[in-house]
Amino acid sequence: MHLRSSLGRRQFLRQASLAGAAALLGNRAFGADTITLPFANGERPLAKFPQKRPLILQTSRPPQLETPFSVFNESIITPNDAFFVRYHLANIPTSIDPDKFRLEIKGRIKTPLNLSLEALRHDFENVEVVAVNQCSGNSRGFFVPRVGGGQSGNGAMGNAKWLGVRLKDVLEKAGLQANAKQVTCNGLDGPVLPQTPDFVKALDIDHALDGDVMLAFEMNGAPLPMLNGFPLRLVVPGYYGTYWVKHLNELTVIPEVLDNFWMTTGYRIPNTPGACIEPGTKTTNTVPINRFNVRSFITSHADGAQVAAKQVAHVRGIAFDGGSGIREVLFSGDGGKSWQSAELGDDLGRFSFREWKLAYTPPVTGAAEWKCRAINRVGQSQPMEPLWNPAGYMRNVVETVKVTIA
Amino acid sequence: MKTRPALFLAALTVLVTTALAGEVTIQLPTETATLRPGKGVELAQANCFSCHSVDYIKTQPPMPRKFWEAEVKKMREKYGAPTTEDAIPTLVDYLATTYGVPDAKKP
Repeated sequence: MHLRSSLGRRQFLRQASLAGAAALLGNRAFGADTITLPFANGERPLAKFPQKRPLILQTSRPPQLETPFSVFNESIITPNDAFFVRYHLANIPTSIDPDKFRLEIKGRIKTPLNLSLEALRHDFENVEVVAVNQCSGNSRGFFVPRVGGGQSGNGAMGNAKWLGVRLKDVLEKAGLQANAKQVTCNGLDGPVLPQTPDFVKALDIDHALDGDVMLAFEMNGAPLPMLNGFPLRLVVPGYYGTYWVKHLNELTVIPEVLDNFWMTTGYRIPNTPGACIEPGTKTTNTVPINRFNVRSFITSHADGAQVAAKQVAHVRGIAFDGGSGIREVLFSGDGGKSWQSAELGDDLGRFSFREWKLAYTPPVTGAAEWKCRAINRVGQSQPMEPLWNPAGYMRNVVETVKVTIA
Repeated sequence: MKTRPALFLAALTVLVTTALAGEVTIQLPTETATLRPGKGVELAQANCFSCHSVDYIKTQPPMPRKFWEAEVKKMREKYGAPTTEDAIPTLVDYLATTYGVPDAKKP
């Protein structure tokens, strides 16, 4: 039996006729519901993980869970139980005592520190930021030609209010030595096999000291869910999620640039404008992935939506960028031939999703392509045609929703 | 050793509660994805799943043999998968045949 949800074709829920099979599989992570992302081999189960509502199961071990796109139309803040999950290595913590948890700060500093959560909370100014976290490979499933890796739809992103302390303040308390070049960030998650490179990321010292990078212990007014990095994670506003190290327990100041798999081999983008190369080709001229590019989405309507002609449709969506802030969002009801400016919602800060909306009256019946395009405060925008890179990172094409005007 | 059960139980309860104060524990759901049958499936079973679940393979797009060859190479060389050299061809064959697409014809 096929049930079309209100989302239409983009992500329809399917009541798989697997009830019999399910009974044989015992303790299932999920019911019989699946969601189909609109690319080849895009069917995924919906799975219930601890502290989470049913999410799109990309992989079980280590967990990679994608937020169903409809969530982004419910609120500008992504609820903790709907926030996407992405680990790299399967030896992940499942039990943590926050009273015993310590963050160690070591390396090229004057005073090594070993801080409890209590000390972090009370000895440093608490700061709050609303910021988008987005996986580097968000939307990778839409790449043509396809590339390997996690095959996400558009839901490997989320927007939350983070509470914590500035990395700058903690590093200044430790006192940097003159030759400090980078800070490496390690969490409690690690590899299964000792020969697998541990997931450790690095920030340049200037970046670490910019006052935006945070050590967060709360997300949307609650402790971080375990799968989002309880009890402490790095928040790197405007930067891809790969830097947002979870279960953060070790900061090491080093006098050189970190050379490990996760910085030197993985998470590299072509060193070209738009981080793109000719589809299907390779390049060795690469740099570590860094800031988000500009993106925008229509959230109120999905592919296959039926819209009444000559009546007002309330179209809305979200836009964000790497920290300049969104200046304008344009909407087209005719496939990009003409554009009109949308009204922007509340400004929750330059790192947040920005809501946009407009009242649009479709003039004629028939098939229509709706598009949206955001422009940030430094004039950067989105390409009309998708850009391509070998790892499937940073997709930010002007998105199209195919609707039927009736 | 003689103990008064009720007292012992009470003491134990206090101990456990104290130990667990503030501790957050989750239990991950059981994995359900399984490999499709095919020649070499035992090799995949033995080589791939110490570190990740089956859906890491299953969710990949339809890709040609050279993609699967590169994946196996990456797992061995970058992630330290304990796959022996002589197992590679059969493993790649299994992955390409079961989860891949035939190689594109050269124009």
